[in-house]
Amino acid sequence: MRTASLASSWKKGSALAWVLPVLFLALFYFYPLGSILFFAFERLVEEGGESLRALNLAYLWRVLRFTVYQAFLSTLLTVLLGMPAAYLFARYEFRGKTLLRALSTIPFVLPTLVVAAAFNALYGPRGWANLVAVNLLGFEEPPFTLTNSLIAILVAHVFYNLTIVIRLVGDYWSRLDPRLSQAGRSLGATPWQAFWKITFPLLLPAILSASLLVFIFDFTSFGVILILGGPRYATLEVEIYYQMSGLLNIPVAVTLSLLQLGCTWVLTIAYNRLSEKVTRPLPLAAQRRVVSRLLKPHQKVFAFLVVAFLVVFQVMPLVALVGRSLTYAGWERGERGFGVPTLSLAAYQEIFINRRASLFYIPPIQAIAISLGYALATLLFSLLIGFPTAWFLARQQGSGKLERLRRWLEPTVLLPLGTSSVTLGLGFILAFSQPPFDLRASPLLIPIAHTLVAFPFVVRSLLPALRSIRPRYHQAAAVLGASPSQIVRRIDLPIVGRAALVAGVFAFGISMGEFGATALLTRPEFPTLPVAIYRFLGQPGEMNYGQAMALSVFLMATTGLGMILIERFRSGEVGEF
Amino acid sequence: MDGLVLQRVSKSFEAKKVLEEVSFEVGLGEIVALLGPSGCGKSTTLGLIAGLIEPDSGEIYWRGNSLRGIPPHQRHFGLMFQDLALFPHLNVFENVAFGLRLRRQPQTEVRKRVKEVLQLVNLTGFEDRDVATLSGGEMQRVALARAIAPQPQLLMLDEPLASLDRILKDRLAVELRQLLRQMNQTAIYVTHDQEEAFMVADRVILMNQGKVEQIGTPQEIFCSPSTPFVAEFLGMKNFVEGEVIYEDGESWLVTPLGRIRFPNQPAGKGIALIRPEGATVDVHEGLQLMGRVTQKLFRGDHCQIELQWGEKRFSFLLPCSQKTPNEGDTLCLSLSPRSVIFFRNHTSHSFT
Repeated sequence: MRTASLASSWKKGSALAWVLPVLFLALFYFYPLGSILFFAFERLVEEGGESLRALNLAYLWRVLRFTVYQAFLSTLLTVLLGMPAAYLFARYEFRGKTLLRALSTIPFVLPTLVVAAAFNALYGPRGWANLVAVNLLGFEEPPFTLTNSLIAILVAHVFYNLTIVIRLVGDYWSRLDPRLSQAGRSLGATPWQAFWKITFPLLLPAILSASLLVFIFDFTSFGVILILGGPRYATLEVEIYYQMSGLLNIPVAVTLSLLQLGCTWVLTIAYNRLSEKVTRPLPLAAQRRVVSRLLKPHQKVFAFLVVAFLVVFQVMPLVALVGRSLTYAGWERGERGFGVPTLSLAAYQEIFINRRASLFYIPPIQAIAISLGYALATLLFSLLIGFPTAWFLARQQGSGKLERLRRWLEPTVLLPLGTSSVTLGLGFILAFSQPPFDLRASPLLIPIAHTLVAFPFVVRSLLPALRSIRPRYHQAAAVLGASPSQIVRRIDLPIVGRAALVAGVFAFGISMGEFGATALLTRPEFPTLPVAIYRFLGQPGEMNYGQAMALSVFLMATTGLGMILIERFRSGEVGEF
Repeated sequence: MDGLVLQRVSKSFEAKKVLEEVSFEVGLGEIVALLGPSGCGKSTTLGLIAGLIEPDSGEIYWRGNSLRGIPPHQRHFGLMFQDLALFPHLNVFENVAFGLRLRRQPQTEVRKRVKEVLQLVNLTGFEDRDVATLSGGEMQRVALARAIAPQPQLLMLDEPLASLDRILKDRLAVELRQLLRQMNQTAIYVTHDQEEAFMVADRVILMNQGKVEQIGTPQEIFCSPSTPFVAEFLGMKNFVEGEVIYEDGESWLVTPLGRIRFPNQPAGKGIALIRPEGATVDVHEGLQLMGRVTQKLFRGDHCQIELQWGEKRFSFLLPCSQKTPNEGDTLCLSLSPRSVIFFRNHTSHSFT
């Protein structure tokens, strides 16, 4: 049965809903990126080859080469370490599996600054490894200098992205019919041959697509490299930041940004192509997931090793972070080495105190307040813009023009996802520091940037809910006696309400943790939480270090709480609103 | 008539005629089945009655008042959708209570009525269940409970048992009829399954390509289908061309199989239907049909015989008590005039 009158109000609403997202993306995505392009073009015309000659090609090449190199190594390591866990999750049932899966997702949702701080707490100059070495093993000086090294970057990247491999490859693997490889075995293949000749080729699209996604994240990684890599290791993303914030060298920053934009676009397109392949259904996919218990000794040993690795690797840095925030190691100015570590709440008490020695003359608690304020504004903006966007995208539009616009808008909404946030920050500086849009002094600039970063997530959370409201629900409610306004109140809002909450928490969490764009856009007297952590980490002194740890713990708790909220409301087990 | 009246109702979607001048009536307390193949306009008819769609022309009356312009939520009809459309964000209790709450009934009344209705559909204790966790049959019963809870003046059921298997379907069809009778509920029951329609309904409206083909009690429709379409839809396949002629003051039906006396029929060409249960062995009267048995299927109380006659194939049901032929045998059947139905002026059809 087709519908007429009831669907019309929906259509009327969505006919106008496109205005907001189109304006938003045009002004705050395309205009800033266009400004970068325009800047480069202008320079080229004004100075001719002058600025090109000034560019050191060897330097560009070095930065690009290192960016690709570290991303490649990180990806390789992530896939190699993730595959056993993917296999374990796909094929075996064991106690604590759900918990472990959830646990392995935690790092992925943490802000980069928290991850960087956590690894710093583990093996940084003032981290646990060195604390133990100096205090228990009697070293004169902290022996571990893992920060400012490639290894530190790689380990953090693996920590961050392991869950992508586990989820993407694992889910795909669990849908592979095990009878396929059993058929191979019955034809005379050894288990090893069956894996390489049957399972592996079938898994390949999933492995490639997961690898590419990990590669993209590693390629555009910012906070981790800035803090753990130190000045010696700069990727494109970090170099843009250095050129912009330290040296104010706009032409070089712009050139690097263009390079970065080009690379990420190519990578994103490649990823989209690949992931299409993965979502195509397997010909012989098992309807039911086939899992077995761990019975044989070698299976148990394997499972134990994987679980132990996950627990130690995924949980230890976070425990180290919390532990370090509660430990005072008595490192005094001018003194070398550590005092005896004692349990202390000093770092947390310090948050409320405005030290004159502090780099910026506000107590850290104010950074928390600023971040919360920005996050609330981001939440508001992204729902305000995300809602009409999702509304417009949810249904096919009647008229040809609107439908074409819808088809164009659907992938366009996701573009900010594939754009590096530092580049976005640079675009904002170029675009909004002069008329006609001079927003330099506006406190809204950072929430707007955060809204842009959160936008794809917000739309993606709302869209399925809006799509799930079938016209049938409206009809059923109408026949049961619901007037159009009651339908909105009793059907539409409750169904979308949950999704809106999830979207809001997403936006809030992203804003709390965002560092790339914020690092460029922030003004010294209004630091956000991640910016404050970064500054504290860069300062000497146990108290500064302790505060970086304490603020990181706070940030981790906030995002963690958000994720728990999302998980609860996503599963739809909660009753009514 | 004091119930529902449809008067020459037509509806098109984008130049495609879905309903053409459909007229029928449903009396108060009556259960009427809308029967027909998929795409014949049954569901559209329900949509028009419920007010989800407006008719292009024609009028719909409820108890003498036109329903034109009255929105669905003010009609106080119930509709159980084929795809059920249970609200995913509400549990069983809230789904069933939905219509009651809209009528602003006090909480105690709502509880009482939901309990009562859930008991009727055998779902006591399911109140707090999430609808996504229910089985297909349970979902169907929740949808039914939701539709009947507000005690609608008219209840419409769109293929309510479509997704169930035969055995469950038969059982639920009987239960459904009992339930509707017990409530003295005026109901329209849409289905493409003739057995289901015959079991549930007092009267059947058979539709084809947007038009009403025949209206009658199940018995009337089964015993005297008014068109070849109705006969074929009911599963009858033995059609031959024929003509009624007058000779010596008597009317005869002339077919390729021979001629029989066919009293009280106007002359004309048409198509003759031989009912599958109308043949007998060993009695030599009426039409004689000699052919080879190509297939014999044992069907419990009778045998289904496929008979090859020239290019044509006929299908008959013979009582198993009779001595039945085997596959490959040549068999002579007698067809009594009572087992022949003649459709005058129906000339071309796929089966001729």
